[in-house]
Amino acid sequence: MNRLALWLCAPATVVMLAVTGWPILYSVLLSLRRADLRFPQDQEWIGLANYATVLSSPYWWTAFTVTLLITVVSVTIELVLGMAVALVMYRTVTGRGMVRTLVLIPYGIVTVAAAYGWKYAFTPGTGWLTGHAAPLTDPAGAIAIIILAEVWKTTPFMALLLLTGLALVPEELLRAASVDGATRWERFTRVTLPLMRPAILVALLFRTLDAFRIFDNIYVLTGGAQRTSSVSIIAYHNLIGGLNLGIGSTMSVLILVSVALLAALYVRVLPR
Amino acid sequence: MWVISGFGGYFPDMKSQSVIIGLLMVAPACGSPAPGTLEINLFNAPQQHLRDIADRCTKRAGGRYRIVVNLLPRDANGQREQLVRRLAAADTGLDVLGLDVTWTAELAEAGWIREWTGADADRARAGTLVKPLETATWRGRLYAAPYTTNVQLLWYRSDLLATPPATWEQMMSAARRLAAERKPAYGEVTGAQYEGMMVWFNSLVASAGGAILTPAGGLSLGPPALRALQVMWAYATSPAADPALPNTREDDARLAVEAGRAAFEVNWPYVYASMAANRPEMLPYFRWAPYPGITGPGRSPLGGVNFAISRYSKHPREAYEAALCLRDPESQKIAATRDGLPPTLQAVYSAPGMAKVYPMRQAILDALETAAPRPATPVYQNLSTVVGAVLSPPADINPPKTLATLRRQIGDALRSRGVLP
Repeated sequence: MNRLALWLCAPATVVMLAVTGWPILYSVLLSLRRADLRFPQDQEWIGLANYATVLSSPYWWTAFTVTLLITVVSVTIELVLGMAVALVMYRTVTGRGMVRTLVLIPYGIVTVAAAYGWKYAFTPGTGWLTGHAAPLTDPAGAIAIIILAEVWKTTPFMALLLLTGLALVPEELLRAASVDGATRWERFTRVTLPLMRPAILVALLFRTLDAFRIFDNIYVLTGGAQRTSSVSIIAYHNLIGGLNLGIGSTMSVLILVSVALLAALYVRVLPR
Repeated sequence: MWVISGFGGYFPDMKSQSVIIGLLMVAPACGSPAPGTLEINLFNAPQQHLRDIADRCTKRAGGRYRIVVNLLPRDANGQREQLVRRLAAADTGLDVLGLDVTWTAELAEAGWIREWTGADADRARAGTLVKPLETATWRGRLYAAPYTTNVQLLWYRSDLLATPPATWEQMMSAARRLAAERKPAYGEVTGAQYEGMMVWFNSLVASAGGAILTPAGGLSLGPPALRALQVMWAYATSPAADPALPNTREDDARLAVEAGRAAFEVNWPYVYASMAANRPEMLPYFRWAPYPGITGPGRSPLGGVNFAISRYSKHPREAYEAALCLRDPESQKIAATRDGLPPTLQAVYSAPGMAKVYPMRQAILDALETAAPRPATPVYQNLSTVVGAVLSPPADINPPKTLATLRRQIGDALRSRGVLP
């Protein structure tokens, strides 16, 4: 019986290994090589030299800091806004379907298209959100706009995840608390939030991992100029632009490790 | 295959699936001379009348092959990316490649494009201007046939400037004067963090009498580079600089002049046709002058497209022939008169019809005599990325310090070491 189960699982496992396991392993192997497509004759095993190069590069650490900054700030804002939107969606009595649909629109728009919208909005002379200032040309302004575009786009997703959590809070508990004299705020912080903890953590996990790999908004808005590269943008520049498979794969592996660490951190605090 | 699996989920029944597949298979075949004709795939940047040129060459092939036009993205980085990804995967679907003049060394060194030899090379060289031909050459071998060329000129409004500035210094003082008179004062130049920064820097270094790389491909960047950085910094902090300078690309520069925000720009000749189309009332006083220098005459940036043959083409014989037809005098005339792309064949400049579309053709030919090609090296992309990142934004340049950073990072890039920003 057990053997049959293994056999039944085998095809799926083999496919998974082939399409995810092998590329990951191949990246790890590439990261240990000098592999620059422009110099096909100079390929060789170089151990951890690529890791030393990347980890000692100020460009990498700038990108890492920028990525962390964007992740922390955007996810924090999304959580607060998302919670507010979720409460609105949950408590709306009339036109509930309409409200939920409207809220989801930004999430339904293709990121690249939305990013171009933001880019033109902030183009001096023609943009409707700027006069003759050019906020996308200085790092602080550019990062603020990237975060704005991220928040605008993914708050609905956050709200949707939180909405499922809200639905788990039993109405009787809230009513009981209210009978005990708890204010609106106390009911929210003492009853709703603790009960929603698993949903909040799952939402945060999803969004943090997503935000850490941010690519399309930055690609369109600044292309990584003015020190706004995220780790994914800089990996892309080295891998696809520079054709340096070794350095690019090293960065990809480092991103994978960072994401895995973040995930492990969340899983640790998630209740079983 | 990806089409079938990609759409399969949405069209579960076999009937509609096969209809869609049928449509997909029919669509590209429209207008072909005969089914089963050999296809030669041309990959090139978008150009409005490229299809006319290709159709003409298909006709001339007399049914032996037909040229299929595949459009690459509009920006140079996007074009290169798509080409190198396919070439790295040994894609046999590419035959003729329209290459930016700066990619020859990289693709030749990687073994992705074929050398031009014998009669093909002779035909590619015959009557071709020297500078464009040099951009198609790597280590003394010819790797492509020059198709179009390009030089930047200084474009100015003669209602604001009686005489065009001849140096960057004069551009700054002209802007200062215009600003004092409360007239449009900006002088547009490509100062965004992209290829345009390399174009600007390279021309300034060459105008100062230096070079980024030595002829042998080593690091040069001597005192002329320092001079170039001083000029860039001074310009970026002068009244001539548009506040949007750190984000200005060719099109932004063009639009700023057309919108009346700027008094002059350094840009490619396509701005003339664009001005004629968008602001015909400004055209009579929209003039051109040689690319500005530092002390003496300036050395204009050199652009353009060369046709190379992919290493993985299964029909190289036909591909060479197609490429030669696509850049013959008649094709170049279509590209010049209808798409505004300067020819690489000297004779085409005196062809009938050129005087009307190219009133500035003598200025282009003159600029081509001294134009400064960008450095030829297999790691050009790294060089360009580093220059863009280190010099951006130009107002933050600190000449001696920036030069030291550039020397270090370009040195790394030449050995394909270090990390790209």
